[in-house]
This record gives sequence, C-alpha cells and structure tokens, in this order.
Amino acid sequence: VCVWGQAEPLNSNGQNSLLEEEEEEEEEGEDLFTGSLSVPLVLSLSRSLSLSLSLSLSLFPSVSLSLSLSLSLSLKATEEVSLDSPERDVLLSDGPSPVTPPASLISPHLPHNHLYTHCSFDEMEEEDTPDLFDISILVSDPEKTSMSLFKSPQATVRRRFSDFLGLHGKLATRYLHVGYLVPPAPEKSIVGMTKVKVGKDDSSSNEFVEKRRAALERYLMRTAKHPVLLKDPDLLTFLECSELPRALSTQALSGAGILRMVNKAADAVNKMTIKMTESDTWFEEKQQKFENLDIQLRKLHCSLDSLVCHRKELSVNTALFAKSAAMLGNSEDHTALSRALSQLAEVEEKVEQLHQDQAGADFYLLAELLADYIRLIGSVKGVFDQRVRLWQRLQDSLLLLQKKRDAEAKLHANKPEKLQQARDDIRELEGKVQQGERDFEQISKTIRKELFRFEKERVTDFKEVIIKYLESLVQTQQQLIKYWEAFLPEAKAIS
Amino acid sequence: MFSTLLQEGLDDGPDFLSEEDRGPRAVNVDLQTDATLQVDISDALSERDKVKFTVHTKSTLPNFKQNEFSVVRQHEEFIWLHDSFVENEDYAGYIIPPAPPRPDFDASREKLQKLGEGEGSMTKEEFTKMKQELEAEYLAIFKKTVAMHEVFLCRVAAHPVLKKDLNFHVFLEYNQDLSVRGKNKKEKLEDFFKNVVKSADGVLVAGVKDVDDFFEHEKTFLLEYHNRVKDASLKSDKMIRSHKNAADDINRISSSLYTLGTQDSTDVCKFFLKVSELLEKTRKIEARVAADEDLKLADLLKYYLRESQAAKDLLYRRGRALVDYENANKALDKARSKNKDVLQAETGQQLCCHKFEKISESAKQELVDFKTRRVAAFRKNLVELAELELKHAKGHLQLLQSCLGILKGDT
Repeated sequence: VCVWGQAEPLNSNGQNSLLEEEEEEEEEGEDLFTGSLSVPLVLSLSRSLSLSLSLSLSLFPSVSLSLSLSLSLSLKATEEVSLDSPERDVLLSDGPSPVTPPASLISPHLPHNHLYTHCSFDEMEEEDTPDLFDISILVSDPEKTSMSLFKSPQATVRRRFSDFLGLHGKLATRYLHVGYLVPPAPEKSIVGMTKVKVGKDDSSSNEFVEKRRAALERYLMRTAKHPVLLKDPDLLTFLECSELPRALSTQALSGAGILRMVNKAADAVNKMTIKMTESDTWFEEKQQKFENLDIQLRKLHCSLDSLVCHRKELSVNTALFAKSAAMLGNSEDHTALSRALSQLAEVEEKVEQLHQDQAGADFYLLAELLADYIRLIGSVKGVFDQRVRLWQRLQDSLLLLQKKRDAEAKLHANKPEKLQQARDDIRELEGKVQQGERDFEQISKTIRKELFRFEKERVTDFKEVIIKYLESLVQTQQQLIKYWEAFLPEAKAIS
Repeated sequence: MFSTLLQEGLDDGPDFLSEEDRGPRAVNVDLQTDATLQVDISDALSERDKVKFTVHTKSTLPNFKQNEFSVVRQHEEFIWLHDSFVENEDYAGYIIPPAPPRPDFDASREKLQKLGEGEGSMTKEEFTKMKQELEAEYLAIFKKTVAMHEVFLCRVAAHPVLKKDLNFHVFLEYNQDLSVRGKNKKEKLEDFFKNVVKSADGVLVAGVKDVDDFFEHEKTFLLEYHNRVKDASLKSDKMIRSHKNAADDINRISSSLYTLGTQDSTDVCKFFLKVSELLEKTRKIEARVAADEDLKLADLLKYYLRESQAAKDLLYRRGRALVDYENANKALDKARSKNKDVLQAETGQQLCCHKFEKISESAKQELVDFKTRRVAAFRKNLVELAELELKHAKGHLQLLQSCLGILKGDT
C-alpha cells in the first residue's frame, strides 16, 4: 500500500546499493540510521536581514558552549522570521502560551492523491500549548502495491499542529545528521494563531488557516515522497494512528526548547570557526550553487510578494471604481449612456474578482513554492554543515590519535606499566578514527544521493507549478475577453 | 535632458500615437472641424520647467493677415485667454471651455531622480529598463498635456461666438510674447477671496427655485453629476496606478527569473528563461492596458469634471442674473409704490430682464449641446476602451498559450 499515484514505486526490500549519480527512476531503500540524538532546526530569516542560518545540532557532551560570545548570535539565531510577511514568527518565543486553541479540520490536498479538504472550526477543551489546531488527513489509495507498511489503504486522522512539529522533530533527529534531507515543517506563528483564537471570523484569519493548511499539506507530501522517510515508523504512526501522544517538546519554554536555543547558539559559533579543506570539488561546486540559488530565490520571492500585494490593491481599487461608475450611471440622465455606465460598473466588478483570484494563484502557487524551497535549501545547507562537522570530528580524532601515539612512544621509554593503557587507548582511538572515516564517507555518499533526488524533485516541482501558473493566467485572460466582449455592444448601443 | 524627448520618444517608446488618429487629437470632444478656422498644436517643447506649445492656425477669415501661421505660447497665456472669457460679461451665457490643467512633470521628475540615485543598487539591464519606462511615462504625460491644450483651443474655435473673440485672435496671431505674467501673490489672494464670495453667493443663488423646469432639472442634475464624476475620476486614477504598480512588479520578476535561468544548469532553466521572456512581453501589455485605461477612461472623466464645472458656472451666472432680475422687479415695484425714481428703476429692470433672457436663451442651447457632446464623447471612449481591452487581452492570451505550448511540449 503506497500513497496513491506516486510516481516512483517503492521497493520494500531495503538494499544497500551504491547510487552515486545513476539516472534511474527507482530508488532503493536503505537501512535506517539511528544515531545520537540531534535536534535540527531550520531557520530562515526575514528578507530584511537576508541571512540564513541553518543549524543542525548534535548533543555531544564534548561540545563546549561558549555562551557569552554566542549571546549576540543567539539573538539573531532565535529571531526566526517566517517568509510570510504579515506574520512574524518566533519559533522560540518568550510569549505567554495562549489558552484555548481552536481546532480546525483540514485535510491536505496533495497533487498526486485524492485528498479531500474540509475546513471547519471546533472548540477544543482547555489546553496549555500554543499554536495548535486539528488537521484531518485523508490519504486515499486504492492501488495495492507491495508497500506493506500501511495498515489500510485509507486513513483519516486528526492531528494538531504541534503533532506535525513533533513528527518533524523526530524525523530530523534520526535522519538529518546522517545527511538525509528532511523537509522542514511550517513555522509557528504567534500573531496568526492569536487572531484565530480570539475568534475573529474575518478574512485574514481564514486566510491564515488556509495558508497553514496548504503548507502542512505540502510538508507532509514532500516528506512522504522521500523513500527513506516514508518507511519511518513514526511517520507511519502519524499517518495512521488515531491517537497520538502529545509532542510536548515542541513547546518554546520546555526543557527541549531551551536546550535547542542553547545548542543553536553553540553551533553558530562552531560554524564560524570550522574551516574545512574540501577535497571533493563536487561538494564545493554544489555549495556554491545552492548559495546562488538561495539568493535568487529570495529575490524572486520578494518581488512576488510585492506583486501579490499590488494585485490585491488593484482588486480593491477596481471594486471602488465599479461602485463609483455605477453611481455615475445612476445620475446620468441619458438612458442609453446610463445603462452603458452601469454595465461598465458590472464589468469592473467582475474584473475585480479576477484580480483577486489571480493574486491568490500568484501566492499559493508561486510564492509558497518559493518559500518552501528557500526553507528546503536551508535544510540542504544544514546537511552540508553536518558533513563538515563530521569531518571536524574525524580530524579531532586523528589529532588525538597522533598525540596518543607520540605519548606512547615516550612512555615506551619511561613508564612501561602505563604502556598497556596507552596501547588500549590507541586501539580505541584507531577504532574511532575508522568509524569517523566511515561516517564521513557515508554522509558524503548520502548527501550526493539526496541532492540528486532533490534536484530532480525541484525540477519537476518547478515545471509543474510554472505550468499551472501559466494556465491560471490563461484563464484570467479568457475571462477578461468574455467580459469585455459582452460590454462592447452595450457601449456601441449608446446613441 | 528631455527637450528632444518628443522627437526620439515617438519612435523608441510604446507607440501610443499609432492608435489615436493623428488628425484632430480631440478625443474627448466631438467637434466639427470648421474650414474657416482650424487650430492645432503642431509641436511642443519641454524645457526645464515650462512647456512651449506651437499653436498653428489655418484660416480663411479675412481679419487675419495670413492664411496659415504659427506662434509659440506657454501655459500661462492659455490661462489668460480663458480668464478673459470668464470675465467678459457678454459671454455670461455660454459654457466657457474649461482651461487646460497645468503641465505637471513633478512626479515623473522625482521618480527619475530616485532612479538616478539608486543606480548603483541594480543591474545594468534593470536600470536601462526602468529608465526606458520612466521616459515613456514622461512622454505620455507630455502628450496628454499637449492634447488638453489643443482641445481647449479647438473648443474655442468651434464655438460660434467665442471664435470671433478679439483676444482669441490676438492669441493666435500675435507672434511676440503676450507678456502675460502669472498672478502674483496679491492677485492670487484676491482671487481666493473672490472665490469664497462666489461660492457663498452660489449657494444663495442655487437656493432660489427656478420657474423654468428645464433649468431646475439641469441644476439638480449637474450638481449630482459633477460630484459623481469627481469621485469616479479619483477612483479610476487609483485603480490605474495600482495596475501600473503590478506591471512594475512583473518587470522585476522577469529579471529575477532570467538570472535564475542563466544560473541554473538543470532542465528547468529553459522554463525560467522562457517564462522570463513571456513576462517581459506581458508586462508591456499590462502597461499598455493601464495607459489606455488612463487615456480613455480617466482622462474622459477628468475632462467632464471640468466641463461640468463650467456648466455649473453658467447656471450660477444665470441664477445670479435671475436674482438680480427679481431684485430689480422688487425695486421697481417699490419705486412705483413710492413714486420715486421710477424711470431709473424701470431702466434697471429692463436691463436685468434683457440680460436674464439673453443668458437663459443661450444657456439652454449650451446645455443641450453639452449633453450631446458628453454622450458622444462617452460613447466614443467607452467603445474604444472596450476594443483596446479586448485587443490587449487577446494578444496576452495568445502569448500565454504559445508559451504554454512550448513548455508543455518539453516536459
């Protein structure tokens, strides 16, 4: 049982194959890596700051936290601002947790799946956690394949927003540090949620809910498309279990939250100090490419935002003009002209609706896609950084080994009783070094594969969205033609 | 810098003129071109802060020395001519063609300055693109102001009485500077007070109920119509400006996509480049749509705003004359009852009566003409607006469909 309509059929048998840059469609599963706990955080900062820090942390006891230095950094690092302009997110916020989260049923509408969306508001009982609302996901799949991981072809579950964050946390913990690109989850938004909770039933809170719903849907879809992540038991539980334990560690002020903050700061410092000698030009090239892509995508996103804004403005102004023209038509005493003016007002009203729809398409198709990709590139950078970190670890181990060897040589001469200890240490270290080398190689391999898949997905995504967008433009123009064609005889009829 | 803009801009920028007839550029008025007197503005030059119009006259009237001649006039001289009409008692019964608005290039100049300052922050292509746009905008404003001055002159030339005005002939023929200086502060203050008094008086006069149904109806109609046209004019301006802003954004998106396309090494780079090209073209279309809406809709409304004001002024003058007439009647009655200064009162009353009747007669005709002109202008412009919108939408659609076809064929 796999997700309906998925382009790449998945093999359930996990076989390690060396997939460097193969051109085949199918990808084979791999063994799951369970490593040490690491909490990744993908940040993207607002356009005004135009920086992106993506950090994946690892809770290594050996990491020394120089908090004093990182304090100023942490301020910047914690100011996570989402790319949605009206809402400034602070993921690790210090604000008070709002009390009553409303719940809304939303089901993601995934392009390849039959997913039905149904959005409504329910009242939930008193909860203490911020930024939560219910989502209902329908994954319908009549096609029976060899994916035995899903219990049934269809599952409807209600999930809170924090559940999504919890899922992401778990997946990231398991996979990011070994080089898999875990898609980032949508961000928390204090402003948006407060508006919704206050119970304002106006268009802006509806918009917010819709935006979030669409974002969660895309997030889930992207995660599910990843061949390795799909097999993760947590994801499966998420998609199928009716009751899920509450993910408390996503809260800002929880222990985990504070730990995250601290680790983020430490990492920022480390990133500045590590200088890796890149032996593989492929990585260097890719990194540069992603840097450029990031910059360009941000710029484009910015212009798109501006366009959405102006189109909305245009729609509002057109509506005002339509009303004004109608009034003018009323006061005109020549009957045919009066009628024509009223008709003009009607046309403009319809045009206003067109502009609004077009702005919606601009946003939901293009702008959100760009935002997603900007965040994904953050993930990519995180993965690169993880590789650098592994390299650093390896270097450290190598250095330590060398030191120990030198010490052993000295001991050999002076204190033979400590020799055994030294030799044991050295052996241990040698093992560590070997493991480190293996890890490094593995992560490099994984990254290569992941980037290859990412590029392919990116190409398909962009192509698809561009075509859809152009189709929406076509439709707008066709409607425009219809409206003006209807008006023309009226105008000509003025005598 | 812009002095030669008219010459070069006509070829480089978007070709606005190709859609309007090159003949009489009076798009907002329906005029019969009278062979005895034809006036047009054949050329215009924009200097630092003034515009010099070349007024070209062709006439078979005997009182002109030549049959065809040109003079150079500035905006202030047009205003002087207009004011001389307004102040002339004989023309109280006519709708005085509204004066053309002052040429206003401030906004455009400001934008150009901003562009110059921000030159370092954008790429060379973006800079040249924006500069071209601004120049096109400047050209459009320039053409508009020329058109509006021309319409004023044409209206005067077409009016059976006004065209015989001596000041008008001097304006057309005297090929030296008319030494019309703009009003200085004292005069402007005087004007301001005059206006205050006038509007107070206008309210008083308007309160007097008219015996004549026609005029009563016209009064109420014009008042309401004027206000609504003003509102519609404002709103249409706002709408068109939003449209222009959206078009500007599309420009920026197009450049970004182009950069993305050149940087990208995968399949999708072709998409980016193609869409960038498409957006370039659609932006031009959107800008044209906005410009056409401006020309056909916004300008129309603005013009009729001014004309309806002129018509209101006519009604005011008539109302004033009516009040004077009634007052004169009352004075006559009083004089007769007291049997003092009867002759004086009688002559006064006769004068007022005569004046009132003269105004009423011509006013009626003027208002009827006004309606005819208005309906014709609206019809022409609305039809042209619809046709242009259709033309642009169809062009836009074709571009989109061909691009889609290419892109779909690739995937």
